[in-house]
Amino acid sequence: MNSRDEILASIRANLPRVDRPLPAVPLFEDSPPTSLLSAFKDSLHQMGGVFLDPPAGNPLAPVREKIADAKIICSTVPEIAGNRDIASVKEPQDLADVDFAIVRASFAVAETGSVLLSDADLSVNAVAYLAQHLIVLLDPADIVLNLHHAYRRPEFHDRHYASFHTGPSATADIEGVLIHGAQGVRSLSVLPIARAAGSPAP
Amino acid sequence: MSTPPAMLHPELLADDNPHGIFRDGRRLDHAEGASKPLRSRPEPQPRGAKVHGNRPIDQEEAAARFIAAPEHEKMHDERLWDLRQKRDREMHGIAEWEELRSLASAIKEHTLTHLDQYLEQFEDNARSHGVRVHWARDAAEHNQIVHGILSDHSAKSLIKSKSMLTEECGFRHYMASVGIEVIETDLGERIQQLDNEDPSHVVVPAVHKLRTDVAEVFAKTIGTDPANSDVHYLAEAQREATRPLILAADAGMTGCNFAVAETGTFVVCTNEGNADLSANVPKLHIASIGIEKIIPRLEHLAVFIRLLSRSALGSPVTQYTSHFRGPREGGEMHVVLVDNGRSERLGLEEFWTSLKCIRCGACMNTCPVYRRSGGLSYGATYSGPIGLIIDPTFNQRKYSNLPFASTLNGSCTNVCPVKINIHEQIYAWRRVLVERHETPLAKRAAMKAAGELLSRPAAYRVAIAAADVALAHLPRFVIYNGLNAWGRHREVPHPPKQTFHSWYQANRGGKP
Repeated sequence: MNSRDEILASIRANLPRVDRPLPAVPLFEDSPPTSLLSAFKDSLHQMGGVFLDPPAGNPLAPVREKIADAKIICSTVPEIAGNRDIASVKEPQDLADVDFAIVRASFAVAETGSVLLSDADLSVNAVAYLAQHLIVLLDPADIVLNLHHAYRRPEFHDRHYASFHTGPSATADIEGVLIHGAQGVRSLSVLPIARAAGSPAP
Repeated sequence: MSTPPAMLHPELLADDNPHGIFRDGRRLDHAEGASKPLRSRPEPQPRGAKVHGNRPIDQEEAAARFIAAPEHEKMHDERLWDLRQKRDREMHGIAEWEELRSLASAIKEHTLTHLDQYLEQFEDNARSHGVRVHWARDAAEHNQIVHGILSDHSAKSLIKSKSMLTEECGFRHYMASVGIEVIETDLGERIQQLDNEDPSHVVVPAVHKLRTDVAEVFAKTIGTDPANSDVHYLAEAQREATRPLILAADAGMTGCNFAVAETGTFVVCTNEGNADLSANVPKLHIASIGIEKIIPRLEHLAVFIRLLSRSALGSPVTQYTSHFRGPREGGEMHVVLVDNGRSERLGLEEFWTSLKCIRCGACMNTCPVYRRSGGLSYGATYSGPIGLIIDPTFNQRKYSNLPFASTLNGSCTNVCPVKINIHEQIYAWRRVLVERHETPLAKRAAMKAAGELLSRPAAYRVAIAAADVALAHLPRFVIYNGLNAWGRHREVPHPPKQTFHSWYQANRGGKP
């Protein structure tokens, strides 16, 4: 018998003979916040992220300000041009010198302040981790209430890779002292801005 | 490496307040960050339990040495209690907390009682997206399978994220023996690897070390200034030292927090993003998955993600929750499903529900014995309350003392997000080990007397009343002697004037 069959046989021989039905999981949506966007902002800040308030008439200004002094910018969004073309990147290692990555989230979760970044959003997954800083564009219409709603989204059925980012890379492994930028990005900023007309909705 | 490299955003440096990061006027304490500044003074680090082959681990001896290092004991105790308090804060922030715990427990019990079906479903779905699925009966087979995959790719270096399963398998030792370099990428785990020491906690592996201990390790291994124990400096030095190793690695490895049968997805939660680097930078990604990690569907995943980090660290979610469903273009993805004693544990009537464990560490953070003795005093992969009930399934003789390292206060059971009756299982293991004569004579005699007493409620009541009377009147040397290990460093609480039973008889007795 091979290992697979042996393990399965051992499980079957040892299964507890008790009846344990699978419960249905509610959506826990009875008391939603008045604004998903401001709930998202609060949660994001609690997790160390930065919410960029877009000024009227020039919504991208906070992003342009952040990247003004950066050397290498890699953008996967049409709204902002970078100077490292993600399409020409052959190996993830080629992204090691990126200062800022700019991407768009598939959607966000108000409960936790998370943005979902999938392989389709990133082109090269590693860009969201090798860059020093990450800026995420988020359509306010793409915010769901909580994780129960989040896991009903199609991304979990049709993408090979999808990750909730909630604030920047962080550690407090030494005496509980909080550090941003453990191995991944040192900062994560989210700018609420509707998808450009003609961009594919999720 | 004396100063961090130029950063583009000075606000990220904790300039005016080196003890915290503030936003909206609030001190941030997400991830495993402490909710208040903690202070320590340098002190030599006490080491863990002495391991002599198969001989029973003397947890008490190692705990005594930890307690004898007051700076370490204080930091450890305060730090973990802070995590416990943050956990309570998060719990109170969610009205449905208790409902989530009940759901989590029910989902896990259902899955474990249908484990064969859900594993097959997971395998089918993962395979259909191009994931290669392997099965390992035990630690040795796991290590050989991974070695085989690496050899097929001529891989000589492996970057990995923290995984208790690979600790259980002695993976790093094995890889060293076959000449493959393993680089841990989690800060705490890397500290432990560089110090040639096991992790002392399932979530915060170096929580037993002071900043000065880390400075000493880094000075010897990655060339930092031995006199500089600034935490920002140490973390930055590690980042800079590890980054080139990540970029040059031939393969990456992660563990798994949850594996979803419905989609063939495995989920990895980290705060540092190091699992995502390990998985997304090299072409080859291998994930080690314990067979008990399976859950049926995505809707169930929501329950566990909401509970995991809140229970573990008092943070609403980990910074990264990553879902792997298939390899990326040009890449290769392998999963190794590992039994290593789990299927047998499923057959232990009193202990199978320990397989519900999601490795959050909440039971460790709340345990008074764990907080004061340090995880390494247990001399086993799993320490703290969950360790007491899992470790004996690996080796009853070696870990025969561990179930006695508990006050049976039940706090572990109360905080467990999947409702494992941990303290009851600890007591049950004492009985089993005594019956099988795995325990020392003194413990056996005490357990025998206790067992007889507990089987007769009337006699128990008399004995408890007598014990309280005795505690109130006995001279100190009788209570604080060498036989009562838990009286050694603390005052025994004042005995109640009246037992609950006698109070009840006097006040409510006879009433309906």
